[in-house]
Amino acid sequence: MAENRYLLNTQLAQMLKGGVIMDVVNVEQAQIAQEAGAVAVMALERVPADIRKQGGVARMSDPGLIKAIKEAVTIPVMAKARIGHFVEAQILQALKIDYIDESEVLTPADEECHIDKTRFEIPFVCGARNLGEALRRIAEGAAMIRTKGEAGTGNVVEAVRHMRTMNREIRQLTALPAEEIMSFAKVNGIPYELALDVKKLGRLPVVNFAAGGIATPADAALMMQLGCDGVFVGSGIFKSGDPARRARAIVKATAYFNDPEQLLEVSMDLGEPMAGLDVATMASEQRLAGRGW
Amino acid sequence: MDAGADPGGIGVLDLQGGVQEHLDHLRRVGVATRPVKRAADLAGLAGLIIPGGESTCLSRLLTIFGLDAAIRQAYDQGLKLWGTCAGAILLARESVGETPFLGLIDIAVSRNAFGSQLDSFNREALAPAVAREPIPLTFIRAPKIVRAGERVRVLLRLDDYIAAAEDDRILVTVFHPELTPSLAFHRYFARKCGLSVVGDDDAGLDPDWTPLSWTRFSSHA
Repeated sequence: MAENRYLLNTQLAQMLKGGVIMDVVNVEQAQIAQEAGAVAVMALERVPADIRKQGGVARMSDPGLIKAIKEAVTIPVMAKARIGHFVEAQILQALKIDYIDESEVLTPADEECHIDKTRFEIPFVCGARNLGEALRRIAEGAAMIRTKGEAGTGNVVEAVRHMRTMNREIRQLTALPAEEIMSFAKVNGIPYELALDVKKLGRLPVVNFAAGGIATPADAALMMQLGCDGVFVGSGIFKSGDPARRARAIVKATAYFNDPEQLLEVSMDLGEPMAGLDVATMASEQRLAGRGW
Repeated sequence: MDAGADPGGIGVLDLQGGVQEHLDHLRRVGVATRPVKRAADLAGLAGLIIPGGESTCLSRLLTIFGLDAAIRQAYDQGLKLWGTCAGAILLARESVGETPFLGLIDIAVSRNAFGSQLDSFNREALAPAVAREPIPLTFIRAPKIVRAGERVRVLLRLDDYIAAAEDDRILVTVFHPELTPSLAFHRYFARKCGLSVVGDDDAGLDPDWTPLSWTRFSSHA
């Protein structure tokens, strides 16, 4: 990928800042999401909550479905490829969607290697649980990062853990004297040059969204107050009682994340939220965040 | 950055999108600036930038606190406006296949006219009214201005479309000057607002700007 193409890809993510990216499984949902003010949609066959319930191997969605959604909306369309499945990514690039999510929500195709994203023109977003993981993905060519959280649970606890971990490690790094950076980078598996960037900036060098378990306007605002640049909502909208209303409320809460009065207003009378799962009692093989490294 | 603390400055609509990038560029040209999230934040401003982002999202959020009505009212009282990319769509009187939103400048825009992100691009061009040398331009899932009314001046025409235009009170660009090292359009808009600016070079390139300069205005936990 040419340098200016990578820059354009990071800059598209900048234009999404302060926005909500919503999972949709059909054209009708995509239109509801756009109408509610989503900045992009993630087109997929099953939301994470259903992938969890139905089990089996979760793969890239049928390109026909993604194409139909792409034709139905004017906002950017994203789609997921399996971790390491560079051919799914090639297909999604040929489909000319706007962003690929190399996602732990799908069953990994490679337990050792992630996709070499520098070989693509299309931008990638990748999940991360900590600073090292985020910077490894950026070194591989990711133009945007999101927390992994624990998708399909409606439980924000893991997204909070991942964001707090990233923030803590960034604070540690910025406070280090120059001679300790190499050692910090080694221990945390961080590419050295990127460690220097983070130390200088005091944040990730790309846009960082929250994802995985966000189900309410308050969850979205919580992640924004923790320093995220925007949020992904997966199962939280279309698994709830009144998706259009909840979608609008989460869009407003993300924009006015620092305004408790506004958050109060948008949180009222939203109908049933999605049923949640307790991550703490979940068997480790049920956890998606452990996929990828 | 308190409301009213910098009378005469330029605000940046802070609902969604490329807010910090514009704040950074405005600081570089020496203009007082603040983010605008509510109607009260407009008080005393000479100009307002509606940044790039997603126009549907921005239009929904603009109506929450009646910010759309407040912008129209401030505009009637002399506030100058600049829309970049999505901002230009929101300001246009006509949007192909869609209902226009603020409808304040007599142009027609065609949304997302180049295709997907793979069709986003950089190029250089000369806009003689704005800078003496060609300046870098960044187009991201950009719209095209396909018609400009009689009272609208074309500042930059490329291929089959208009990329920048203005009338007496509004500037529109379908590209993103805030994503390049060039400060020329920000200086141009500040002058349009009657504000004095620092620096005056041919293409307005700031050697200290980097693609990550925006991060100094991003929220830190």
